[in-house]
Amino acid sequence: MARIIKHRAVIQDNWQLLEQESGGSLPSDGDVVVPLELWMRERDTLSSRLGHIGVWLQTDADPSTIAQDLARFEVIAVRFASFTDGRGYTLARLLRERHGYRGELRAIGDVLRDQLCYLSRCGFDAFALRADQNPEQALSAFDDFAEAYQATVERPEPLFRRRLQPDPQRKAA
Amino acid sequence: MYRYDEIDQRIVDERVSQFRDQTRRHLAGELSEDDFRPLRLQNGLYIQRYAPMLRVAIPYGLVSSAQLRRLAHIARAYDKGYAHFSTRQNVQFNWPRLDEVPEILAELAEVQMHAIQTSGNCIRNTTTDHFAGVARDEIVDSFVWCELIRQWSTLHPEFAYLPRKFKIAVSGSAADRAATWVHDIGLHARRSAEGDGAEQGAGVDGAEQGAVGFRVIVGGGLGRTPIVGHAIREFLPWRHLLTYLEAILRVYNRYGRRDNKYKARIKILVKELTPAVFAHKVEEEWSHLKGGPATLIEEEVRRIEGRFTRPAYARLPPRDAFLEAMLAADKAFANWHRRNVHPHKVPGYAAVTLSLKRTGAAPGDVSAAQMDAIAGLAERYSSGELRVSHEQNLIFADVRASDLHALWREIKPLGLAAPNIGLLTNIIACPGGDFCSLANAKTIPVAEAIQRRFDDLDYLHDIGELDLNISGCMNSCGHHHIGHIGILGVDKQGEEFYQISIGGAQGADASLGKVIGPAFARERVPEVIEKLIEVYLAERESEEERFIDAVRRIGIEPFKDYVYGTNHQTPRRNSRQLAVA
Ligand code: SF4
Repeated sequence: MARIIKHRAVIQDNWQLLEQESGGSLPSDGDVVVPLELWMRERDTLSSRLGHIGVWLQTDADPSTIAQDLARFEVIAVRFASFTDGRGYTLARLLRERHGYRGELRAIGDVLRDQLCYLSRCGFDAFALRADQNPEQALSAFDDFAEAYQATVERPEPLFRRRLQPDPQRKAA
Repeated sequence: MYRYDEIDQRIVDERVSQFRDQTRRHLAGELSEDDFRPLRLQNGLYIQRYAPMLRVAIPYGLVSSAQLRRLAHIARAYDKGYAHFSTRQNVQFNWPRLDEVPEILAELAEVQMHAIQTSGNCIRNTTTDHFAGVARDEIVDSFVWCELIRQWSTLHPEFAYLPRKFKIAVSGSAADRAATWVHDIGLHARRSAEGDGAEQGAGVDGAEQGAVGFRVIVGGGLGRTPIVGHAIREFLPWRHLLTYLEAILRVYNRYGRRDNKYKARIKILVKELTPAVFAHKVEEEWSHLKGGPATLIEEEVRRIEGRFTRPAYARLPPRDAFLEAMLAADKAFANWHRRNVHPHKVPGYAAVTLSLKRTGAAPGDVSAAQMDAIAGLAERYSSGELRVSHEQNLIFADVRASDLHALWREIKPLGLAAPNIGLLTNIIACPGGDFCSLANAKTIPVAEAIQRRFDDLDYLHDIGELDLNISGCMNSCGHHHIGHIGILGVDKQGEEFYQISIGGAQGADASLGKVIGPAFARERVPEVIEKLIEVYLAERESEEERFIDAVRRIGIEPFKDYVYGTNHQTPRRNSRQLAVA
């Protein structure tokens, strides 16, 4: 991982992502994002090592399996094998809305400019774009749409409720 | 018509800009075809056999004269001068140029139209009864609920990449004219009866007697695995509509199959889990969403209702002397009136079907000139709006009884007065092999050949109510499974053949047709249809017994025997002489 988008800015990223097949050979220090299976297997060893810890999930992961551990992660990454795999969007909402996860939620894998707006509405706040994408050019995608009808992670009240509130900020926006 | 407010308009405008940029990047080589395809599909753009096809949404089938004129203009300026109304209450252009599509969308946005989610694996246009708002058996005006669903589903960030396409239909009346049993989700408006709340554990959800709610049906569908849906909730109080839909979609999005596109529709998930287990998962999911911020509020329902323009109805006598005189004097008019004019809840008004099924015209096709003419007529006769029916006809919903004769005289020369609504020649057909790259066989010439065979009006009326549907392939866009007679294009060693089924039906007693036997070559189709009709006419107990009723009573065997010649006898003639005999 090198340059990623976080909170709508391009930043240098120092997390190491551990692949599934690496067989658990962990770097001794530094911040590392481990596969869910490894976390499940070696929760205690992982917690005691130096450096921050994150976990990455496939889109079909069941978020309730890590519901008790969420506070221990600085990062949760969801890996999209294809950007058309909609399960990752639901997974993000469940992590945020159902399980109250507050740390960084990162989309990795087949992540493209044109999905950023929806992904961020579903609760992702960091994006490691596919290698051929230009993160600077992708930033404008967050502003593709100013409003959303639905209740989202970004704006938990749906438009129809927000319309009723005399909120000067919304008018200005 | 629903009128956009500023925010509705801005969302559509922003989608145009977004798509313009996506198209630009694609044409500049920055966005590969693979990355672009799902994006363009979400905006109704297919690349098919001869050219792109752009599908424009007509939300719940309601369109204004101004919008229709704009469609006519687009047909002229960007296409070959005509458009095609589909069975999904959409309109399709078959020849636009890719680089011009953003322009077309910008022109549509100016009249509050768009192509958002008209294809792709997302929530599609919600469809409803074409008599919404005027039907005598109405429980609620389904347009209001469809618009609420439209807004909720438009650019829904969580459900843009579902396993497959997803279609919702709403019926607001006692009779189901929206085919709700064969949609991914079907909603039937109901008023709660005593016990509805308690039975469902709805408790304090406002299920007081007489409150509006919905029966929720899931997992119906046509296509290669036709299934009638299952009611997973008999009464859902209206406030919970959106959270409950959200729960269904979420369960589907998480667990629907993504490994095989033929098994990816929600109906397969419901079947594999069983409806009871599926319902349980939905209820579980819903328990977290229920009562949350997406719970509907009365202000919002009223706000949406208030943004619909309504015709100002005059106080008219229930019977119109001029109409009655014309009906008595003019047989052709009376014939048309019998088939194409429908009752209206306001005295002195009627709803009228303009038939797009004139023999020789492809079902659902309209020329730019016709669209302009129809737009003008709608302004003069029906408060400037019309509806597209899923039978691919157009409806003027608010015509004064005293104007019916004048309207009929005007639409006759336009070829829109074929008095065949509900009859055999009111054929529903998908575009088929002439346009669609997925087709096994052509549909339009088959429809035309059948219409020619049955061009005797008296004969047609004698046959009575009959739905005939044709699809060019298993995708079933022509809904052949629910035609009383269904015709399906199949491929037999590279040749176009047609499989025929009977006994399908839409509506409250929906059923799926049964195939009568091996498929036929195209030339033989009209003759086979005629044989089916002969058996029916011979077997029916009375004129009241429709084709579908007869099939249900006697089964498909007698039809099969006669068509395939196991029984060489001409069917016995029943009580009465036939009109053609
Ligand atoms: S049924 Fe088949 S041929 Fe007809 S429009 Fe649909 S996909 Fe095309």
